[in-house]
Amino acid sequence: MSGEPAALGTPELPTFIRQGTFRRLAKMPTVWIATVILFTALFFSFFGALLAPFDPNFTDLNMVNMAPFASDFLLGGDRAGRDIFSRLLVATSNTIGGAAIAVSISVAIGASIGLMAGYYGRVFDALGAWLSNLIQALPGIIVLIAVYVVAGPSTVTSMIVVGILIAPVYFRLMRNVVISVRNELYVDAARVSGLSDIRIMSRHIFVVVRAPIIIEMAYIAGIALVIQATLEFIGLGSPENPTWGGMLQDSFNALYISPFAILWPALSIILTVLAFVFLSNAVRDTLGDPRSSGGKARKAIVSTPDSRATADAGSTHAFLTVRDLSVAYPLSKNESRTVVNKVNLEVNRGEVLGLVGESGSGKTQTAFAILGLLPPEAIVDSGRIVLGSTPLLGLTEKKLNALRGSEIAYVPQEPMSNLDPAFTVGQQFGYAMRKKLGLSKAQSRERALSLLARVNINDPERVYDYYPHQLSGGMAQRVLIAIAVSCDPELLIADEPTTALDVTVQAEVLDLLRGLQQERSMALILVTHNFGVVADICDRVAVMKDGEIVETGDTRKIVKHPEHPYTQLLLSSVLDNVPMRAPLEPQAEVRA
Amino acid sequence: MSREATPLLQVKDLAVEYRSSGWRRPANRVLHNVSLDIHEGETLGLVGESGSGKTTLGRSILGLVPVASGQIIYDGRDITRARRRARRALAREIQVVFQDPYSSLNPSLLVSDILSEPLRAAGIGGAESRRRVRELLDRVGMPADASERYPVEFSGGQRQRIAIARALALEPRLIICDEPVSALDLSTQARVLDLLIDIQERTGVTLLVISHDLSVIRAVCHRVAVMFKGEIVEQGSTSSVINHPTQMYTKKLLLAAPVTDPDEQRERREARRLLAETEAVA
Amino acid sequence: MLVFLTRRIVAGLVLIVVVSAVTFSLVYSDGERIARLILGPNADQAAVVQRAQELGLNEPLLVQFFVWFGNLLHGDLGRSFSNHRPVIETLVNRVPVTLALVGLTLLVTLIFAVIIGLLSAYKGGWVDSGLRTFGVFGFATPHFLLAIGLVVLFAITLGILPATGYIPPAKSPSGWIQSLILPVTALAIGTIASASQQVRGAVLDVMKQDYIRTLRSRGVPLRAIYLRHALKNASAPGLTTLGLQFVALLGGAVVIEQIFALPGIGSLVIVSALKSDIPIIMGTVLFLVVVVVIVNIVVDLAIAWANPKSRV
Repeated sequence: MSGEPAALGTPELPTFIRQGTFRRLAKMPTVWIATVILFTALFFSFFGALLAPFDPNFTDLNMVNMAPFASDFLLGGDRAGRDIFSRLLVATSNTIGGAAIAVSISVAIGASIGLMAGYYGRVFDALGAWLSNLIQALPGIIVLIAVYVVAGPSTVTSMIVVGILIAPVYFRLMRNVVISVRNELYVDAARVSGLSDIRIMSRHIFVVVRAPIIIEMAYIAGIALVIQATLEFIGLGSPENPTWGGMLQDSFNALYISPFAILWPALSIILTVLAFVFLSNAVRDTLGDPRSSGGKARKAIVSTPDSRATADAGSTHAFLTVRDLSVAYPLSKNESRTVVNKVNLEVNRGEVLGLVGESGSGKTQTAFAILGLLPPEAIVDSGRIVLGSTPLLGLTEKKLNALRGSEIAYVPQEPMSNLDPAFTVGQQFGYAMRKKLGLSKAQSRERALSLLARVNINDPERVYDYYPHQLSGGMAQRVLIAIAVSCDPELLIADEPTTALDVTVQAEVLDLLRGLQQERSMALILVTHNFGVVADICDRVAVMKDGEIVETGDTRKIVKHPEHPYTQLLLSSVLDNVPMRAPLEPQAEVRA
Repeated sequence: MSREATPLLQVKDLAVEYRSSGWRRPANRVLHNVSLDIHEGETLGLVGESGSGKTTLGRSILGLVPVASGQIIYDGRDITRARRRARRALAREIQVVFQDPYSSLNPSLLVSDILSEPLRAAGIGGAESRRRVRELLDRVGMPADASERYPVEFSGGQRQRIAIARALALEPRLIICDEPVSALDLSTQARVLDLLIDIQERTGVTLLVISHDLSVIRAVCHRVAVMFKGEIVEQGSTSSVINHPTQMYTKKLLLAAPVTDPDEQRERREARRLLAETEAVA
Repeated sequence: MLVFLTRRIVAGLVLIVVVSAVTFSLVYSDGERIARLILGPNADQAAVVQRAQELGLNEPLLVQFFVWFGNLLHGDLGRSFSNHRPVIETLVNRVPVTLALVGLTLLVTLIFAVIIGLLSAYKGGWVDSGLRTFGVFGFATPHFLLAIGLVVLFAITLGILPATGYIPPAKSPSGWIQSLILPVTALAIGTIASASQQVRGAVLDVMKQDYIRTLRSRGVPLRAIYLRHALKNASAPGLTTLGLQFVALLGGAVVIEQIFALPGIGSLVIVSALKSDIPIIMGTVLFLVVVVVIVNIVVDLAIAWANPKSRV
């Protein structure tokens, strides 16, 4: 990392400090160790010169290459007979001071230009981006060498240059954060509220960027320290003052005679840099998603892989049977939150079941549980899911994969984000059909084209070679439906398949789903929040609330004569049933 | 003052373009010569699908997007290209409620800070500001202790109430509601719309409600304008547009939205099919 | 695509000119000072002025630059101040060493970063935390300290690899490899550490996307999703990092060449800096910028392959 700063500088950063961050940080041993190291370094950078037992340039020829712990020179003598310990202490202030200069310069330049570029865009942005690309295109060491040729050895000058070289890290960070914040609606709201630009920046933008800036500072300090040591090590440091890098060079040249001397400056550098990096990482991890660091459990935990399921699989006639299904998410070690609670469902072949509920009702979680697509941390508490005669819960991933696509298929809500942007439409068809149906490349292409035509895509040949970003939302949803039915599934689970679409497109997609369902007599589970969609396509409905099914039955019956109060409430909230607003009466204009 | 008097807001031949990112590419025109009047005390609905330009129209009235040509006249004053200072003064006149109550409230500010923000910008501070914040929360049906909490602690519907309270802070005469309920659950939608109607009836504020959902428009708007591809294709009283649409697009839009009665929905589906056939023939 | 390529090449040429102009005006800003540096602190004023005249250092900066640039177009980068040999000749001798070092390191980095990053993302658990800890240590340990450590361990203590020196591949291919093992390792560990973390992060980001779930719903095995979909989607951010890594490697090579006494342009530029041999420094800067520009264009092309959206 001796040359360039940007290597680790751009991961996603958390945007605002959550409460309790410091408490969580204080519990981490690495944070403690790092803080102690950094405070020690800071302390010696102020008082090192006072505490050093010898003058750093005092030479004693008896002490040349003296071994450590063998004399008054605690850590031994260097090849000129100077006390390594004293030199180490005195050097601290140069090193830490140099890093401080680099950090301040890079924050001042990078952050202010980034702020302007992000907020005002246009010229500022273009100029800033160009400058930052320019700087990042140069190996930093080479620039520093060129500066050395011009300005001679000077820690201050070289650290200022290092600050400039690192500034692009802050520029990008600041610019990206500011742009994302600038597009937030709350900034628009602030503008409409009459706030001035400066007020908006200080109030809304600064709050968001300060955490990432502080986190990045520790990184940058570490990087600056390394660059500084590197310069001194290759002989381009200032010779008057002792520095860690300079001491390293000295001892490297005497490596064969006195191998221990190199240990002290090397340890000082590594420990300080590690402290900076670990601290920065710890803060970043703590501020970020608390679960993001682990990624432990890869498979959904099925606590009761139900053995009875096989036994009474045949006892119901439904194609899909869900019995007592519960899904929970762990909140802490002992607590969990149940999102699906003892759900029972049945779907027959050729039947359309609507799963209706508001957000958080557990309808999507139920659908994912049937597909075996719950996130790894989900706990399937109990219950069983039987498809045909196969119990699905507790199946290995491999066996599930054999069923997915050819037995159960899935149509997602958001069409654009559910197609892999790096592959063409045709390539997205490919895998399943070739593996599941054993088709050749040419055969699968032919089948894909006919499916595309079936879902009413004009010019399938062309769309086959399109990348997802070339499709409209409606087209993308048709493609997803075509892929879902490509291996002739018996059960299709559609999760809010029309919610992201315009009403006119929604009507067409519903027509399409109905048509496909009827001609293939598939079972279809349609997850939705919209009673209109239910009325349009569903034979039966199950109404969900807080993870439970509160009412289930024939669509016509439920919609016209709901029994459960919650269903009644939902239906009475449907705006179609609200009276139309009366035209404005002249007497209403009292205010005028 | 009669209905036929000068409208509170007049939009005349408004055109808006977005610059394309590429060099020398023609700008993308999203509004074509849109004209519109909004009268004091009424609710005008703006309905259309994505890409129809309805949101852009709202944002151009708020001064959040630059106008290519045409005029926006508020209360007799041309505010088409109002400078920052004039625009800031307009904060007392025109306010906004955005669609997404999650991103329209800064997550790191307390509700009291969010609500006092427009007050402070208008030079109202201290005890007066605190009193007004309490009053605002009360008016939108939120408890007074909400002010010392963060937006995350509230549900979508409650957040939208906070956003409405912020819009009301400076007692504006016009509030632009951009998809005010489309991010909310069904049972919450009706209540938020009721709140808007209630506020209008009590204060006489004028509303411009932008929505893709005709049922929202139907519930709150006196008049409605239908937008399609950057143009207003049909305009009139809500009942006449919904019951007797004259334009093909309006008819399609009306029939496309499904209703909750399965039998009625079947008829609509049939009607939609027939309409599509006649269109194909024509 | 062609437009895109042309635009990138033009931008690259502009970058080359700007960087050489800035560097030139920096290093040639004070002609007399240069002459004094060459002649040593004890030279008398008349000799200094004369030397400056001989070298054309008394001309206006702009004129000097145009002369330099004009010569450059004829493939002439001037002569070294110290040994008076053409700069281009020195560079041609030195460049292969640096390119071998950096190229091998890049290759090693690419292979290991992808393997480690994927493994880290796919396995999770202790494999992941172990690899991440390695990542932090590898990132935080400066190249040169690593190099010293390797020399102490493998060359001095174990004596199984040469500590310093370079053997050209034409002379002895196995000797060439041996002479590069330690330098490449020293240079690569830090780069692998940070690049593998980037790959891990990018892969995990992709795995969070909706389309991954949809792919799983079609029965595509997880392994195939990682190798085909996650890797391809993660390669755009990964390649961007690789471009930056390459620049960092060129910088790192300077130090590594110095430690292992490899006759590349890194050790050349340090020696020249200490001797104020400015034509050499100019030549080296120019060479590096050209390499960086070429690498960035290659990276852009690779990103266009990986990310169809950017192919506009």
